[in-house]
Amino acid sequence: MATLTYRDALNAALREEMARDGDVYLMGEEVAEYNGAYKVSRGLLDEFGPTRVVDTPIAELGFAGIGVGSAMTGLRPVIEMMTWNFALLAIDQIVNVAAKIRYMSGGQFGCPIVFRGPGGAALQLGAQHSQAFESWYAHIPGLKVVMPATPADAKGLLKSAIRDDDPVVFIEGEMLYNQKGEVPDEEYLTPIGEADIKRPGRDATIVCHSKTVAPALKAAKTLEDDGIDCEVLDLRTIRPLDTAAILRSVAKTNRLVIAEEGWGFAGVGAQVADLVQREAFDDLDAPIRRVHQADVPMPYNKHLEKAAKADAGGIVSAVRAVCYRD
Amino acid sequence: MPTKVVMEALSPTMEEGRLVEWKKAEGDAVATGDVLAEVETDKAVMELVARADGTLLKRVVGEGDTVPVAEVVGWIGEAGEEIPGGGAAAPAGDAKAEAPTPEAPKAEAPKPEAPKAEAPQAAPAAAPARAEGERIKASPVARRIADERGLDLGQIAGSGPEGRIIKRDVESAASAPAAAPALVASGFQDVALSQMRKAIARRLVQSIGPIPTFYLTAEVDMERAAEARAALLARDPDGKFSFNDIIIRATAAALRRHSFVNAWWMDDRIRQWHDVHIGVAVAIDEGLITPIVRHADRKGLREIATEVRELAGRARAKRLQPEEYTGATFTISNLGMFGIDDFTAIINPPEVGILAVGRIEPKPVVVDGAVVVRRRMRMTLSCDHRVIDGATGAQFLQTLVGMLENPLAMVL
Repeated sequence: MATLTYRDALNAALREEMARDGDVYLMGEEVAEYNGAYKVSRGLLDEFGPTRVVDTPIAELGFAGIGVGSAMTGLRPVIEMMTWNFALLAIDQIVNVAAKIRYMSGGQFGCPIVFRGPGGAALQLGAQHSQAFESWYAHIPGLKVVMPATPADAKGLLKSAIRDDDPVVFIEGEMLYNQKGEVPDEEYLTPIGEADIKRPGRDATIVCHSKTVAPALKAAKTLEDDGIDCEVLDLRTIRPLDTAAILRSVAKTNRLVIAEEGWGFAGVGAQVADLVQREAFDDLDAPIRRVHQADVPMPYNKHLEKAAKADAGGIVSAVRAVCYRD
Repeated sequence: MPTKVVMEALSPTMEEGRLVEWKKAEGDAVATGDVLAEVETDKAVMELVARADGTLLKRVVGEGDTVPVAEVVGWIGEAGEEIPGGGAAAPAGDAKAEAPTPEAPKAEAPKPEAPKAEAPQAAPAAAPARAEGERIKASPVARRIADERGLDLGQIAGSGPEGRIIKRDVESAASAPAAAPALVASGFQDVALSQMRKAIARRLVQSIGPIPTFYLTAEVDMERAAEARAALLARDPDGKFSFNDIIIRATAAALRRHSFVNAWWMDDRIRQWHDVHIGVAVAIDEGLITPIVRHADRKGLREIATEVRELAGRARAKRLQPEEYTGATFTISNLGMFGIDDFTAIINPPEVGILAVGRIEPKPVVVDGAVVVRRRMRMTLSCDHRVIDGATGAQFLQTLVGMLENPLAMVL
């Protein structure tokens, strides 16, 4: 197995899928000549040429619409959003067209498109550029929402997303791009809709995804010294949600903490908590706890930003609470 | 990850235990169920067994040390494994170095949720104080486990917020060796409280305290009992029948006929036991304990004599199992060997009676108009007046006196 960065794992996935299927093309701001704002598309212009690696103006709604139209007529576009914060401008195409065209055309049109780019906060990007929107997209029937946390999952899931016949919202992380991990040498697909146990445990389940996976693992390590054995369950896909994996884990541990990067109100954790209280009521030993961003626009100030973010310390406190250990 | 060995609650009321002796050395291979150490509880010396397979990595607590229930006393894991919080793990013992240390059973190892010193741990089975009609707060999984294992949540103290019963509470209640098994096998009849009984109970408790006790004393002529004992001993020179054994046997026979005395006060009802289990008070170094002669009414004198000696011996050695000293339906306390003429004994709730037996001594008494010397014995029955009235208690005592004065009546 080779050790790759998250960004190179995505790059490998794009290269393999573009080589495999001539209908796959990449379009977005700075994806071609500049090799991508975060270098995810490095080398692809040279390899596949300007008809399949296409630079666009700063016009998210426009190129999202072009992508949707081309998908409806049979291509498999991958539309890169420089960040999901910019995709707010394109959300009409994503929500009102991509997500609904199969339904509203009575199945005459499909929309095999991937919208991808980094989501959430990085460091000091300010309130407008530090937002986690996965719960917005997961709210919409017709969209799949995929959020890998590791290089191996990033590659396997992007390949699955490109081959999927329906629109996939694929949310990466600026803070994840440099993360390294082992990636299998042979070709593989990671199925959409399957959560992954990143660390097995017996005493409490930490459900997390994307940028909360690393803090969850760190918290689990800290809690080990207190004799609390945490199971870290990485959702990997927000929609469709792997409900069976969540319920299986809670049945084992009886205690649940849900960590996510974004705000708590109507967040992913709210959906998971709803599932568990309904389907696993008799498995619970304590009220479910959630860890998420403070309910404020992300502060620019470095210290306030740190204080507002969900982190390993918050997860440790929540796990201790559900284990009645605080 | 290594598994903790914790001080377990080995008796229903145990809050701490003294580790008397380690039976395994650091580095020894251990299997689930192996005796790791002997632990002295508030009642007896019990065995602490392994709950996981592997190697005993570390003995945290030394011999002779006393630690609270749930405190870590050692670690089991794979040879050479790190113990959380530091400390060098012992390598496997030479002879056992190749013994496989299976991975799988770890899943069944007890959860390492036993809190450290700072976390409160309710003593399992400590009777919770809840107002009548108060809703029992329990987590859903605690309710489910209690339901599955037939545990009464009302009898479990909750260690969660506001007394919420949580998983660890029901699990420790389930693992606490309860007296229940032996008793469940016993039949009983619950008698609803009549209004009169309720009034008697209410008023007498106001008057004299939680257990309104009164005492009935009778003097027994022990001549016939002594003759019977001598005859038995002559027939069976190896037999060791004491007067106390005869009193146990006679009391058991009398209890069968007076079910109101062979009973428990259950607050809202009276439980009359179908079987007779007699607790026999035995003085030990630090106090006393009452090992139980079960089904004493169905046992022969020889059997009772053997059993009492065996139980008393183990009681003094602190080797009784909890089920051997919990669940009596009536108790006898005999201080005759200390030269006591008579005394009153204190009822051990929920039992409703206890018999205090004094010494047997020759006394001048009037028989058929003439003063003669007879061996006499005084005994006093303490009665819980909520259950036993003067007349009921007197009738029981009359039956008992009759049996001792004419031992043949026991076989009627």
